[in-house]
Amino acid sequence: MSKQVENKSIASHENLQMDGIQKLGIALGLLGLFIMALALFNVSFPHKGIWLGGAIVSILVGIVVYANRTYLNQPEGIKNNGVWHKDFTNRGSWAWMIGIILTAFYVVLYWFPKYLGLNEDGGTNTGIVGFFDPLSYILNGKAASQWFVYGTLYTIAIVGLGYKFILKYRHNKYQLVRTISVMFFQLGFAFLIPEILAKLNPEQAYFAKDIKNMWPLNYYFFEDWHLTNMLNGGNLGMFMLVFGIAMIFIISPILTYLYGKRWYCSWVCGCGGLAETAGDSYRHLSNKSDTAWKIERWMIHLVLVFSFVMTIAVVFTFLSNNPEMSFITKDHFIWGIVGFLTVFTGALYVFKRKDLDADAVYTMLSLVAIIIISLLINYFSGNQNILFIDSSALKQWYGFAIGAAFSGVVGVGFYPLLGNRVWCRFGCPMAAILGLQQRLFSKFRITTNGGQCISCGNCSTYCEMGIDVRSYAEKGENIVRSSCVGCGVCSAVCPRGVLKLENGSEDGRINSNEILLGNDVNLLDLLNKK
Amino acid sequence: MEHIVIVGNGIAGVTLARHIRKKSDAKITIVSSENEYFFSRTALMYVFMGHMKFEHTQSYENDFWKKNKINLLQGLVTTVLTASKEIVLSNNDTIKFDKLVLATGSKPNKYGWPGQDLKGVTGLYHKKDLENLEEWAPQTKRAVIVGGGLIGIELAEMLRSRDIPVTFLVREKTFWGSVLPFGESQMINRHILEHHIDLRLGTNLVEILSDEKGHVKGIVTDKGETIDCEIVGLTAGVSPNIDFLKDSGIELNKGVKVNRYLETNIADIYAIGDCAEQHEGIDLRRPIEAVWYTGRMMGETLAQTLTGNPTEYKPGHWFNSAKFLDIEYQTYGWVWANPKENEVHFYWEHHKGKKAIRISFDKESRTFLGINTFGIRMRHAFFDKVLTDKQTVDFVISHLKDANFDPEFFTSYESEIQKQFADQFVGVKKT
Repeated sequence: MSKQVENKSIASHENLQMDGIQKLGIALGLLGLFIMALALFNVSFPHKGIWLGGAIVSILVGIVVYANRTYLNQPEGIKNNGVWHKDFTNRGSWAWMIGIILTAFYVVLYWFPKYLGLNEDGGTNTGIVGFFDPLSYILNGKAASQWFVYGTLYTIAIVGLGYKFILKYRHNKYQLVRTISVMFFQLGFAFLIPEILAKLNPEQAYFAKDIKNMWPLNYYFFEDWHLTNMLNGGNLGMFMLVFGIAMIFIISPILTYLYGKRWYCSWVCGCGGLAETAGDSYRHLSNKSDTAWKIERWMIHLVLVFSFVMTIAVVFTFLSNNPEMSFITKDHFIWGIVGFLTVFTGALYVFKRKDLDADAVYTMLSLVAIIIISLLINYFSGNQNILFIDSSALKQWYGFAIGAAFSGVVGVGFYPLLGNRVWCRFGCPMAAILGLQQRLFSKFRITTNGGQCISCGNCSTYCEMGIDVRSYAEKGENIVRSSCVGCGVCSAVCPRGVLKLENGSEDGRINSNEILLGNDVNLLDLLNKK
Repeated sequence: MEHIVIVGNGIAGVTLARHIRKKSDAKITIVSSENEYFFSRTALMYVFMGHMKFEHTQSYENDFWKKNKINLLQGLVTTVLTASKEIVLSNNDTIKFDKLVLATGSKPNKYGWPGQDLKGVTGLYHKKDLENLEEWAPQTKRAVIVGGGLIGIELAEMLRSRDIPVTFLVREKTFWGSVLPFGESQMINRHILEHHIDLRLGTNLVEILSDEKGHVKGIVTDKGETIDCEIVGLTAGVSPNIDFLKDSGIELNKGVKVNRYLETNIADIYAIGDCAEQHEGIDLRRPIEAVWYTGRMMGETLAQTLTGNPTEYKPGHWFNSAKFLDIEYQTYGWVWANPKENEVHFYWEHHKGKKAIRISFDKESRTFLGINTFGIRMRHAFFDKVLTDKQTVDFVISHLKDANFDPEFFTSYESEIQKQFADQFVGVKKT
C-alpha cells in the first residue's frame, strides 16, 4: 500500500454536482433573498418598489431555472437519488443552518417584529417591513406589517417551490392536480383575496378573511375581539362568521366523509401547502417508530382539548360581556356545549367504541366528564372563569405555546431536522378533528394491491406523517389512519404499484388478512374468514 | 417444548416464523449469517441510490423479535447432522432441533468466466454486495453488467444514479427476451438507452481482466472488444444456496428436493423459498422459483403444517412485478415470450412508447390466460378472480376500468385499448 491511489473519481457520492445552469438558478434565488436581507439591515433602496419586484422575480425565476434544469432533462419518474446522501436533506450542516435561520426568523416574527423594521408606534416602517410597503399599498392600501411580509414570502415559497414539485412529480397527475390546488388556495384565498377585501373595506377593524382557514386551526376565530370585529364588519363580517361556522359544522364533515381529511390537509390548507411544496425535500425525515406514534396520539389530542377548552372559555366570556351582540345567551351556550359533548361522546361510545383503543375510550370519557363537571360547577356557582382559569390567560397561553411556538417556530423552523409535517402530525387541532372523522366516518382509505408488496419500505420512508405504510401493505391491509393527509406520495414512490388512494364503500374498509392474495385459494378462505 | 430451527432470515424464513408464532408457542430460532435482522433484499438498490437508509429496509422494529419470542442467532451453518438432529455453525457451536427448515435463498450464478472472482466483480444479492459496491464506486470510471434480466437492470439503475457510466451486456437479442415478448422488450431496450446506458445486445462476456493488484481493470466480449471498467456486475440469474448440504444426506438436485408439503426426504427437515426445488413444477411453474412472493407463500403454507394442520403448497395464479428504471411492470397469469399453439396475443402500446399491455388468450374458447402491463397499474384481485372464474378475454377488455389501479386523475387508456381490440379481433363479444 505504498502508492496511495488518488481519487480521480468521476463517480462518488459527491459527484452529483450541479451544473452551471442549476447553479445559475440557485444564484438568482439567493440574489433575491440577499436583496431582502439587505433591506432587513436597513440598506435604503431608491425606488423600493422596483427593488422589491426585482427581488421577488429573481427568487421565482431562480426556482424555475433550477427546477427546469434539474427535472426536465431526465426522463419522468421518481427523483429521490441521493436524498440520504446529501447534507442538505440528511440533517447535515446545511440543514442545520437552514433550520436555525428559519427558527430565528419565526422567533423575531412573532415576538420581536421591531427587528424586522415594524414601527410599533404606528410611524413609518423601516427594514424589511418598510421594504414591502409598495406591494402592501397596491394590495391592501395600507403600509406593510410583519404579517404582510410573512404572507408574501409564504406565498412565494408555495408558488415557487410548488412549481418545482410539479416538475419533480410530473408523471403523476394526482400530484399535479393537488399541487395546483394548494398553490391556488394560497395565492388566491389566503393571500390576494383577503388583501383586496381589506383594501375595499378600509374602515373595518381586522378580522380573518381567508375563508378556508377555519377554527380550530385559526384559533382566534372565536376570540372576543375577533367576534366583535366580525359582528361589526357589515355584510362581509357576517359572511365570514356564518361561513366560518358552516365550514366547521357542515362543509368540512361532508367533504371529510367523502374524501378523507386530504381535501383539507393536502389540497387546501396553507400549513399543508407549505409542507408539501417547500417542505417536500424533508418529508422522509419524519420518525416512523411506534414510540413516535404514541407521542403523536397524546400530543395532538391534548392540543385539541386545549383549543376546545380555550374556545369555550373565551366564547363564554364574550357572551357574558356582550349580551347585546348575540341572540345566543351564555346560558344557551353552556347548555349547548354540555348537550353537544354528551351526544357526541355518547354516540362515539355506543357506535364506534370497537374501533377505538381501550385507552383512547377511557381518556376521551374522562376528559369529557371533567369538562362537563367543570362547566357545571362554575356555571352554577356564577364563576366567570367557566373552566376555573381566566379565559384571557388561557387564550394568551394558547397563542404563545400553540399558535406561535408550535405551529411556526417548531412546525416550520424544524423542517430540515424533524420533517415537514411536525405541526400537522403532533400539534394541529384541526388535523386531530379531521383525523378522528377520517378514522371513523369516511369513505377514504389507501388500498393495497393483493400480494404485490415486496416490503421495500419506500412508502414508509417517504410518508411525511410518519405512518409505517409498509406494515399494512405487506399484510395486504388497507391503510386507514387518522393522521394520513392523503398526499399520495406513498403510492407514487411504490415501485410495484401496490398503493392506491380511494374513496369507496365503508364495508370492509378496515380489513385484516392472515394470508395474502396469490396463495392457495382454500387456505386464504380458511384463514382470512375465520 | 418443540424447537423449530429456521436457517435463513429472508422473506420465506421470517414469514414462516411469524405465522408459526401466531398459532403456537414452540421455541423458534432463526439462524442467519448475513444480517441480524430481516431486511428486504429487493430494497438494497434503494440504499445505494440514496432513497433509503439500510435501516429502512427492515420491516420490523428491532424489539419485534424479542416481543414475539423469536430467537435470532447470527452464525453460518456449515453442517446439518440429520441423525442427531443438530446443526453445526462455523464456530463449532451446535444447535439441537426438533424440526429444521432450510430457507437459505440463492447465490448469484457464475459460469466459470476467467477472472470471475477478482475484486470489483459482484452480484447484487447480499448485503455484502452492497457494501462492496459502496467501497468500489468512488474509484469507478465505468461498470460493465453481464446478464439481461431483472437484477441486471436494477444494478444499472443503481450505478447510473451516481453518474457512473454503464455498459450492459445482454446475451439475448433483446432485453429479458426469454420472458418478455418482442414488443415490450423493445420498449425496455429504448428506455435503457434513454437512461444513457450503453446497451450491448447479443453480446457475451469472455474474460474479466485483472490489474496488478487483483482488481478488475476491464472485460473482453465475444465480439473481441475490450472494455475498461472497475466494476463488473454478474447478474445472470441465481441458483440455490445449498453447498453446505452436500454431504448431509438430504436429497439435492439444483435445490433441496421437496414434495408438495415442502418436506425433504428426511423426516422433520423442510425447505422453503429460493432454495427449495419441487419434484415437478406445479402447474406451469418451474420446480425452483426464486421470487419474493413464492418465498412468502411457502412460509405461509409451511407454518400451517408445522402447527398441526398439514397443508400442501398450492400457489394460486401466477403473478409478478418489477420496475425497469421508470417503467413499472406487473403480470398476472401466463404470458409467454412466444404464444403457444393455442394462444393469441393482443398487444397495445401507447404512442409515446412507455405504456403497454399484452393479453394472452385461448384461440378457440377466448379464455383469458394472462396479462403483461407496463406503466399502467392493474388490480391483482381483479385478475385473480378472472383467472379463477376462467373468464374470456372479452370480459377483461370490457372491464378494464375495474382492473385499473392507477392513482386518481391518471389518464385512462381503456377506450383506446378497447377500440384497438375490437378492430383487431372483430368486435368484443358480449359477456
